Amino acid sequence: MPRETLSAATIVQDMRRQHWLDGLFRGLTRLSALLVFLIVAGILASLVAGAWPALKKFGLGFLVHTDWNPVTGQFGGLVSIYGTLVSSLIALVIAVPVSFGIAIFITQLAPPWLKRPVGTAIELLAAIPSIIYGMWGLFVFAPLFADHVQPWLTEHLADWPLLGPLVDGPPMGIGMFTAGFILAIMILPFISAVMRDVFEVVPAALKESTYALGATTWEVIWNVILPYTRIGVVGGIMLGLGRALGETMAVTFVIGNAHEISASLFMPGNTISSTLANEFTEAVGETYLSSLIYLGLVLFLITFIVLALARLLLLRLAAQEGTRS
Amino acid sequence: MNRYLRRRIINYFNMGVSVLTTLFGLLWLVWLLWTLLAKGLAGIDWQVFTTITPPPGSSGGLANAIVGSLILTGAGVLIGTPIGILAGTYLNEFGRRSRVAPVIRFVNDILLSAPSIIIGVFVYEVVVRTMGHFSGFAGTLALALIVIPVVVRTTEDMLRLVPDSLREAAAALGAPQHRVITSVVYRAARAGILTGVMLALARISGETAPLLFTALNNQFWSTSLNQPMANLPVVIFQFAMSPYDDWQQLAWAGALLITFSILVLNIVARSLLRVRRPGQG
Repeated sequence: MPRETLSAATIVQDMRRQHWLDGLFRGLTRLSALLVFLIVAGILASLVAGAWPALKKFGLGFLVHTDWNPVTGQFGGLVSIYGTLVSSLIALVIAVPVSFGIAIFITQLAPPWLKRPVGTAIELLAAIPSIIYGMWGLFVFAPLFADHVQPWLTEHLADWPLLGPLVDGPPMGIGMFTAGFILAIMILPFISAVMRDVFEVVPAALKESTYALGATTWEVIWNVILPYTRIGVVGGIMLGLGRALGETMAVTFVIGNAHEISASLFMPGNTISSTLANEFTEAVGETYLSSLIYLGLVLFLITFIVLALARLLLLRLAAQEGTRS
Repeated sequence: MNRYLRRRIINYFNMGVSVLTTLFGLLWLVWLLWTLLAKGLAGIDWQVFTTITPPPGSSGGLANAIVGSLILTGAGVLIGTPIGILAGTYLNEFGRRSRVAPVIRFVNDILLSAPSIIIGVFVYEVVVRTMGHFSGFAGTLALALIVIPVVVRTTEDMLRLVPDSLREAAAALGAPQHRVITSVVYRAARAGILTGVMLALARISGETAPLLFTALNNQFWSTSLNQPMANLPVVIFQFAMSPYDDWQQLAWAGALLITFSILVLNIVARSLLRVRRPGQG
């Protein structure tokens, strides 16, 4: 319709149409947002439904039993849960100090031209797919570790009271420790990225006044920056932990996939996610499959709790930022 | 004086350790990439791109897996992106004062950090069990579910960077709200949203765990979404774990292809964002 014939009627009509389109667009965005909610609710519901036969048969006892016998139909999740927690713990013990060092280097020490390339390179570690870490871990890292590091550790630490039993066993290269170590490399970029971000928000005036009192760089970091950002740092560690708990392919390659709990970290074990990856498509029978889904449900709940704690801490940090500045 | 010296020594020691940890972090990146080049380059020739995955013990290529991966990731991004952008739009444009938005945001974070293998189990339960067989469609759905939270998060973050004065100016010209958002706000945040989509694409390109229970694998040519579909990650997994030299060589070639495509995607996505926001760390 030509423009010059715009009458009051066509304007009203056009406004109605625009109003209707507004409603449509708003409705579409709301529907999509709702969909996100429904997906997560659906995941939880389908996990509970899928695990139901095992939930009914084994109850909460599933969480503390170590049997995993497809032949007799007896299933307990403790071995996998233990493996998940221990491998993630090893990963944290290694990744937290290293991430801290990297964050210090990038925020406090590096000259400006070096900050971006080093930061990007560390972040690229997070982009490499987990299956690549697995292949590299199994074919490159594990043989080297078995030949050069493990025998030395076993020999020199064997008589130590607490460490001795942890490093006992034949040098196979694969096992709980290797899994934890590779997990550490994988979660490094996540933890150090959060640490970098929170270190950057420390007000310059605080740091400068501490330097003016004669403090060394380390004293500024340890007595000013770290206390100021500790909630954010813990939040970042929890995010890294969440990653490590759910990691599948890398762990499946190097943990050895044995259904047993060993005192030694050099012995093979398994985790919830590696058990799922190995056995899910081959599980025969309702009890077997539902037990695997039960394990999945446990993993989902563990990562949910860790994430919720991390969010809560980071939210508290954000709330404090408003009051402090 | 003695105490001063001690403080300085502690300082230098700790700063030295900090440099060492950074080198420690970089070491693995270099080592991983070096391994991939050393083992993968030998296996890359024209045959990799032209012939399909071989039976054990004979030579072949990865053509069906490469095409399968492209279809799965492409379709996953096509399904996940519109939903993600719309949901992110709701969070920043319509839900600012609502009590629903923080809940959706939190739920989106749960989805974002949910282990990808759990997504696989979910799609297996809902799609594979109902249909009775593994299919490319199920794989696509699993990947889309991983794309959605990434795109929701980046879209919301990028829309938040668009100043309100732009929205007000457009509204003052008489533009209805959907025009303000589609013609003004989206355009201002275009590079950022695109970055989010590319990062999501990079993330699903290497995902293996959710495809194990959904698309599975296919030794033959198949572009039907209703059939199990070959894809690089699962082929790499199966071939790497096999005892055959030919298969292992192909696994390394595939690993090299996947990793370098992902690194390129990442670097392009990052530089895209940098051009738009000069001066930002």
